[in-house]
Amino acid sequence: MADLTTDFLGIKSPNPFWLASAPPTDKAYNVERAFEAGWGGVVWKTLGSEGPPVVNVNGPRYGAIFGPDRRLMGLNNIELITDRSLEINLQEMTEVKKRWPDRAIIASIMVPCEEQAWKDILPRVEETGVDGIELNFGCPHGMSERGMGAAVGQVPEYIQMVTEWCKKYYSKPVIVKLTPNITDVRYPARAAKAGGADAVSLINTINSIVEVDLDNFAPVPTIDGKGSHGGYCGPAVKPIAMNMVAEIARDPETAGLPISGIGGISTWKDAAEFISLGCGNVQVCTAAMTYGFKIVQEMISGLSEWMDQKGYDSIDDFVGRAAPNVTDWKYLNLNYVTKAKIDQDLCIKCGRCHIACEDTSHQAITDLVDGARKFEVIDEECVGCNLCVNVCPVDSCITMEQISGVDPRTQKEIDPNYANWTTHPNNPSAVTEPAE
Amino acid sequence: MSETDFATRDIRTGRLDQIDYDNNFEDLHAPLSRHEAMVEAERCYFCYDAPCMTACPTSIDIPLFIREIAADNPSGSAKTILNQNILGGMCARVCPTETLCEEVCVREEAEGKPVKIGQLQRYATDHLMATAKEHPFKRAASTGKRVAVVGAGPAGLSCAHRLAMHGHDVTIFEARAKAGGLNEHGIAAYKTTHNFAQLEVDFVLGIGGIEIKNNQALGRDISVEQLRDDFDAVFIGVGLGNTNDLGLEGEDNDGCLDAVDYIEKLRQTDDLSSLPVGRDVVVIGGGMTAIDIAIQTKLLGAENVTIAYRRGQDGMNASLYEQELAQTHGVVIRHWLQPTALISNDANEITGIELEYTSQENGKLSGTGEKIKLEADQVFKAIGQKFDSSVLSDAGIELEARRIKITEDGKTSLAKVWAGGDCVAGGEDLTVESVEDGKLAAESIHAFLTR
Repeated sequence: MADLTTDFLGIKSPNPFWLASAPPTDKAYNVERAFEAGWGGVVWKTLGSEGPPVVNVNGPRYGAIFGPDRRLMGLNNIELITDRSLEINLQEMTEVKKRWPDRAIIASIMVPCEEQAWKDILPRVEETGVDGIELNFGCPHGMSERGMGAAVGQVPEYIQMVTEWCKKYYSKPVIVKLTPNITDVRYPARAAKAGGADAVSLINTINSIVEVDLDNFAPVPTIDGKGSHGGYCGPAVKPIAMNMVAEIARDPETAGLPISGIGGISTWKDAAEFISLGCGNVQVCTAAMTYGFKIVQEMISGLSEWMDQKGYDSIDDFVGRAAPNVTDWKYLNLNYVTKAKIDQDLCIKCGRCHIACEDTSHQAITDLVDGARKFEVIDEECVGCNLCVNVCPVDSCITMEQISGVDPRTQKEIDPNYANWTTHPNNPSAVTEPAE
Repeated sequence: MSETDFATRDIRTGRLDQIDYDNNFEDLHAPLSRHEAMVEAERCYFCYDAPCMTACPTSIDIPLFIREIAADNPSGSAKTILNQNILGGMCARVCPTETLCEEVCVREEAEGKPVKIGQLQRYATDHLMATAKEHPFKRAASTGKRVAVVGAGPAGLSCAHRLAMHGHDVTIFEARAKAGGLNEHGIAAYKTTHNFAQLEVDFVLGIGGIEIKNNQALGRDISVEQLRDDFDAVFIGVGLGNTNDLGLEGEDNDGCLDAVDYIEKLRQTDDLSSLPVGRDVVVIGGGMTAIDIAIQTKLLGAENVTIAYRRGQDGMNASLYEQELAQTHGVVIRHWLQPTALISNDANEITGIELEYTSQENGKLSGTGEKIKLEADQVFKAIGQKFDSSVLSDAGIELEARRIKITEDGKTSLAKVWAGGDCVAGGEDLTVESVEDGKLAAESIHAFLTR
């Protein structure tokens, strides 16, 4: 069986599945249940400064969007950092780490952007014996109004400055958690690296309004007739998170910087995708909040089975394998020509491919052939866009097949050699030799 | 013919406790809850040029109404349905969806489990009927034209509603004391519970401009000629007035019953325990009426109910689903048996039936000579209904295959007279077909009146 143990920044855990800093990791009770269920590590719910803890709203703090059968696709929240006292949290972290030495425990921290605040808290965290810290520069609601969380994460200079303080006052690994509420995630990642961060983790939640209550015209969750934007997470954000992970993984300035992947990871396959894009491990929250801690069993078994099938002995065998294949559009091979192909044996004749193509694309799929209901690709019109594959309800019924020879659409011979936009005659800045 | 080996004849009322009658005749399918409807609606693929829509005799836009349910708009969904089929509520209950929309559902093709279109249609129409403060359709300005509709069954009601919507004034002449036709008098009770047929009649009449005159039978109280003189147009939707006989000696004996008559009594009684039912029941026939009487006598407490049909399973007009429904209710269906004699006692009471095995060669059915006897306290005849053309008197309306001949838009051979429903030639005598006939005829009448 594949070895799922990971060594992330020297922090060992029996598997790459950590719980993200969030309600599931707010206290010893939850964390120990998670460890009993098999989670490899946790990032403890974010600690604040010494003093009276933050308060949360006393009305609803979550909102959601649903797929069929109320399957939870996206969750947003307006909960703040831990509302328990720093002392209790530190004490519990110490005890749990002692009881579970083989599991990773990371302390998430969010204190004001003043050196003294960090200087005060870091030695106390160090004393707990946990394995590292994660700087919460991502929380997009509430705390950001007070100059913390995403308010720091949106200013690369602050990221670098605070990271430097942490490296100064704390001896173990420092992970910087990034907010997606920026225009280019590479800048905060570079700042973290410049500040000496051992790793970045991403993404934190996305600014969001998940629903408007049409009876009282207020955002959901609604607190006494008003709502505030929340942080969005869950399966719906996974594509956004993966792109940001890939951007950092392939940025020459941050290449090689360890990444802990976060964002809608719900199954082993999601995890494998993040890892293949360059993550050394993954953090999960919404899936656990939806189904409970037991889901880690599926993740462990799924990842392990897949690795066995593929012949990967350890996680390291495929970390970052997909990153080099993420490239710029201009480097895509324009001589790679595909046509949709419909397997008539699998086709259930719903006609969605036809109407999608007819109404919104290239009029390349029939609805009738010799007077009978039949959906066939018209190669002369098909641009190979893949929309029909995406709207077809039957798995593998429509496939995209590469063709060679003459493209029936353009009536031109397909050049078997790689060629991209950089050399294309229509490109005003075309060069003679293709780049990359 | 007599037979002495059979057990004492046993026909009784009140075979069951009241609670059992109530349970047995409750809804065949419980209505979908909101969540069930949402989940089921999400299964619909919103097909292009959807096969279900093509299969529906009234061309209901099924993908659209299901998407409206999924989008939490059941009232809009109901309007999509009712716009094409004003009796969409009843059709949702009685349509043989397994041979119509659901048979061609691509989910049937994909996984053998069609979207539950009928139950979703019921969800939407029930919702609207339970919540709408007013009738969903508005009448056009009055045209001053008057149309006579004969028969307040599905065809007549559908025709009347569409005519009223177009601004015409409609008078329905109904032979029975209550409107609804087979919806009220013929459909199996467990398919239309809680007086739904009358609720739906009230709903249809809610548009206004429709008057029903009850106990007015064509050929007895009114005539085609008189209606043509008194009205601007006439629609005939009188259904099938007669049933077929076995042609055997003893058909008038006590215990040999017409299934249609019995079902009508069952539908109209307030007290199911008052219906006499035998311990052993034999039903002759292979259509929906045979299934309906068989299941309902079983539900009334009959011990053994056997359907005897003279051809094989494929030949039965009842759908496979209906056959299985009968079987799961404990009805035994026997094929290749035709009745050759009724067995009665000295008091001219039925005690059994003699049946002969049949075989078919080159499409021709014949008896093999081998006979069996089945014990029967009641023998129900369910071998088809026929049009009673005498109601037309000598108006000069042409017939075809012993029913009224009509054009595609419902015109009869007689000017100003249209017809539809079971009394016209063609089709499978389905409620939904009658609704479509009435609707098409109404459009044709409207075009005629406003030409």
